[in-house]
Amino acid sequence: MQDLETRARDAGATARPSRPSALRRAGRALTPLVWLGPSLVLITVVVLWPVVEMVRTSFQKISSSGVTLGGNGTTNYTDLFDEDDLIPVVLRTLGWVAGIVITTMVLSLAIGQLLNSRFPGRRIVRWTVIVPWAASVLMTSLIWKWMLDNYSGLVNRVLLDLHLIDEPVNWLAHPWQAMLWMMWVAVFVSLPFASFVILAGLQTIPEDVYEAARVDGAGPLRTYFGITLPLLRPSIMIASIINVINVFNSFPIIWAMTGGGPGHSTDTTTTFMYKLAFYDQNVGESGAMAVVNFVLILAMVLMYLRAARWREEVR
Amino acid sequence: MTRPSKETSPAGAARRRPLRLRTALLTAVGWLVAVGFLLPYLQMALTSLKSEKDLTKSPGGYLPDHWTWSNFVDVWDAAPLWTYLRVSLIVAVAATVVTLACALPAAYYTARYRFRGRGAYLLLVLVTQMFAPTALVIGIYREMVALNLTDTLFALVLVNAAFNLPFCVWILHGYFSSIPKELEEAAFLDGAGRVGALTRVTLPISMPGVVTAVVYTFIAAWNEYIVALTVTASPDRRPLTVAVPSFVTQYQAHWQYLFASSLIAIVPVVILFVFVERYLIGGLTAGSVK
Repeated sequence: MQDLETRARDAGATARPSRPSALRRAGRALTPLVWLGPSLVLITVVVLWPVVEMVRTSFQKISSSGVTLGGNGTTNYTDLFDEDDLIPVVLRTLGWVAGIVITTMVLSLAIGQLLNSRFPGRRIVRWTVIVPWAASVLMTSLIWKWMLDNYSGLVNRVLLDLHLIDEPVNWLAHPWQAMLWMMWVAVFVSLPFASFVILAGLQTIPEDVYEAARVDGAGPLRTYFGITLPLLRPSIMIASIINVINVFNSFPIIWAMTGGGPGHSTDTTTTFMYKLAFYDQNVGESGAMAVVNFVLILAMVLMYLRAARWREEVR
Repeated sequence: MTRPSKETSPAGAARRRPLRLRTALLTAVGWLVAVGFLLPYLQMALTSLKSEKDLTKSPGGYLPDHWTWSNFVDVWDAAPLWTYLRVSLIVAVAATVVTLACALPAAYYTARYRFRGRGAYLLLVLVTQMFAPTALVIGIYREMVALNLTDTLFALVLVNAAFNLPFCVWILHGYFSSIPKELEEAAFLDGAGRVGALTRVTLPISMPGVVTAVVYTFIAAWNEYIVALTVTASPDRRPLTVAVPSFVTQYQAHWQYLFASSLIAIVPVVILFVFVERYLIGGLTAGSVK
């Protein structure tokens, strides 16, 4: 890469033996801006501005109609920390993320392996695994909500026919059951991306590595844990980081299936935040919740990167 | 696709039986997984074909009592579905174009050249990847109010383009980095120039990466929910994701229409995805290697 640049510079130098003029140097310094400019503008205006706006909002008093009434000090934060629901909501969010990401990664390692093995119809199986990725998460959540319906849902019908339950269960009315079912839906919609990243990772492992292991007499288990898993580390890391971010910010599943209810009993930080702003009309406090939410994501991702020794990977 | 010829040697013959058993087992598990992934959507299709009366049965039946194919005709009258489809399509296509226009040059330049601020830029992209519209929805809403852009498609295009940009830069950066620079240098020395080398040499080889970026953005924008829910208000500016759930409210429960319109939204995208599945693996490989 350096080569190309030096060559370009050399070409410029031969064309004009004198020292590059200040204008030329300025031009060279600005070249990256031409290439990166559009993306920088987009990120600044649409991502960074809302971040600033959100932080500002968290320190402002805002009327229910959205008019800024002036500064509010840290009142929004003290109000937020006084909410009885806050601690359970945060703990539930952490459990939600951990449960979903771990389950997704374990299952996607298996599915990725399956999709990488040879068997008749593999192509079609790969296509079906993509479907929940292509489908809207909201619509997928709605069909699960319908399947879990108290009166007419498929889940109750199947369980009744198998005599596993005696009468229909109202799954989504009980906080614990609802939570587990929604976590399952989150795993279901997370699996396609994670499995395909794993599959892509598996395809970069050269066949002769396995050949060598076979020659050395390593069994399938040893081969998997000694060779496949370590070589998959970059893929596992990328899949799980993106999964953590997505799951933390997941909104449609809970919104469609329970709306966070009954009460706040199935809320995570995102649905709680949304309700504060658009139901309780408390935009300032919601801004504070958003800031807390973001700090949580940042902390989790940083902790994760540290644990996974991201720096070494990047280098 | 065939196994190495080694398998047909005498030593391989002894192993053939367990190998066939393995294939049979894999096939069985594979098809089971396939059914598992399709089951909810199959249920969606069956529900969309049930009659209103059929839907209130308890416990619900596995198959429709009357296969009400007319649901797929009536749904177009039950709600302005064309309008919703048009909104979804405009937003998704425009967002994809904007994202690509911004991501391609940035990814290419950072992959090919070292310059001051390169590390900072890549870090910015990595950090931006951690922001999701959901976490920032309050800020986005306040910004759109300030810019007087609430209830416009432009706002949706901007948001979808910006939030999918980091993934695209990252995938394309990985892909461009994996292409040997010698290929390009040849074109460069032939007088093609940087842009010429990019469009004539690098871009065609990078198709898997580009396709992955396009499909990822298109699908994310097509399925985006929370920003559209928050920023749009009038019915003719609502995408399908926001409009479809209103078939089932406190006052009405047209599950058959809800799922008929869901299928109308899902099927074209699934077909699009299936077409590019081959590219997808290549695209994701580049992203995870770099």
